[in-house]
Amino acid sequence: MLTLKQLNKSYVPGKPVLVDIDLAIEARGITAIIGASGTGKSTLIRCVNRLVDPTSGQILFDGVDLARLSGRALRHARRHIGMVFQEYNLVERLSVMENLLCGRLGFVSPWRAWRRSFPSDDVRQAHELLEVVGLAGFARQRADALSGGQRQRVGIARAVMQKPKLLLADEPTSSLDPKTSVEIMELLAGVGRERGIPVLVNMHDVDLAKRFADRVVGMAGGRIVFDGPPDGLDDAELTRIYGGQGWLQ
Amino acid sequence: MTASDAAARGGGRDPSLAPSPWSRAIALALVAYVIYASAQMELSWDRFLVGLDNAQRFFGRLFPPNFERAELLWKGLKESLEIAVLASTLGILLALPVGLFAARNLMPPWVTWPARLVIVLARSFHPVIVAILFVKAVGFGALAGILALTVASIGFIGKLLTEAIEEISDKQVEAIRATGAPFTSVLAFGVVPQVFGRFIGFATYQLDSNLRNSTMVGIVGAGGIGGTLFAAFQRFDYDFVCAILIAIIALIMAGEILATAVRAIFIDNATLRDLFRRGALRRVRHAEDD
Repeated sequence: MLTLKQLNKSYVPGKPVLVDIDLAIEARGITAIIGASGTGKSTLIRCVNRLVDPTSGQILFDGVDLARLSGRALRHARRHIGMVFQEYNLVERLSVMENLLCGRLGFVSPWRAWRRSFPSDDVRQAHELLEVVGLAGFARQRADALSGGQRQRVGIARAVMQKPKLLLADEPTSSLDPKTSVEIMELLAGVGRERGIPVLVNMHDVDLAKRFADRVVGMAGGRIVFDGPPDGLDDAELTRIYGGQGWLQ
Repeated sequence: MTASDAAARGGGRDPSLAPSPWSRAIALALVAYVIYASAQMELSWDRFLVGLDNAQRFFGRLFPPNFERAELLWKGLKESLEIAVLASTLGILLALPVGLFAARNLMPPWVTWPARLVIVLARSFHPVIVAILFVKAVGFGALAGILALTVASIGFIGKLLTEAIEEISDKQVEAIRATGAPFTSVLAFGVVPQVFGRFIGFATYQLDSNLRNSTMVGIVGAGGIGGTLFAAFQRFDYDFVCAILIAIIALIMAGEILATAVRAIFIDNATLRDLFRRGALRRVRHAEDD
């Protein structure tokens, strides 16, 4: 599905953020990337859909190296990768329905997009998804009128609207309270399972990762230092990932 | 006794609070220049009294206003209104691409620099100077006025639109880009919604300002009520001048009311009925503060 080979990234020459990342994501299940702040989790996930350009290495997605794409080819590849953001990144002044339809922009001509003339299938799917994420009846609300949890539900629905082959989630629960965080993770896991979409999610909350992930990848200092099932995360491994011990008590 | 002791007793000022010698020197220099300049201009109390006397006679002849030549007045007003509306429409349409191309967060430098140059050039001269240039270039009449105000609109709207676009949230744009949307769709869903409210704000302001300026370009022969006003001044028809001034005030006020209504409808989603309710204007100003 997705294979990263020898991926390197440095924003400033000589200060690498990602070092020789090798990672293969299977066709289903939730993979959680955990690690302390500033270890390159976000950069890694943003490299996958090229919101960040890697310095070197390969990003093989369905056999195509995304790292070499540009222009139209890159846009076409991005259509198949949905993304959920930490701060939701909804277009505040658009309605919930318009935000959902943003997920179809890669498939609809700009002319139709400007006139808001989306295929009726897309609109029907958007209404169905609003029910799935528990926001039926919110279609005409403006995004800036929603609460954090509601916004992230819209964010997830927008990503699913793309009918993606892969879902990326960059710290999707970090701006939410613990209860809402669990609800959002349940929703993310649910849509991934029901639609057979593999989910690659970044998080710093170890308990949430253990609870929802099928596989945990631990990062420290821009390298992968742990890769295995959540059961394998004992105190020794957590110390390797986060460093120090005081926080474990 | 130290300085702070003296300050505590109210006997002096603590040195830390004293103005710097430079600010004192600058203030002195300014006062000296004002005295020098008024001497140069031969401004004296006698000159002021002569002026007052003249003004009294002038204002006496302004009233009562004379609306006998209403047809001439109406023709001038209509032409001014047409100049303002055409120049605003054309100017705003042309300013949209210019403002977009000048935005450094969306465009590469080789696109922004020429666009920025256009904006700077369009803003360098006062509309009256541009109007004189166009009168010389295309001849007397409304065309020169329309072109002059179009240039002014491109400069103003272009600059403000560029600033508005450069201040949008990158996160919202990033999310749209991540869906694989083509650039023009990113504009439609990621950029336009973020700048639309402010755009309506300064577009209506520009219409307002063009209306004002369209009454003036006529003075240099570029069409509109200004020409009528200038002719009336030269013939000492001061009562007609007064009628023209009253008509201009009415035109500007009507324009302002219209602009407020447009802003309320586009920015605040107000309905026409809301506009006639009290407090509508206050809500609009709130929306603009966002």
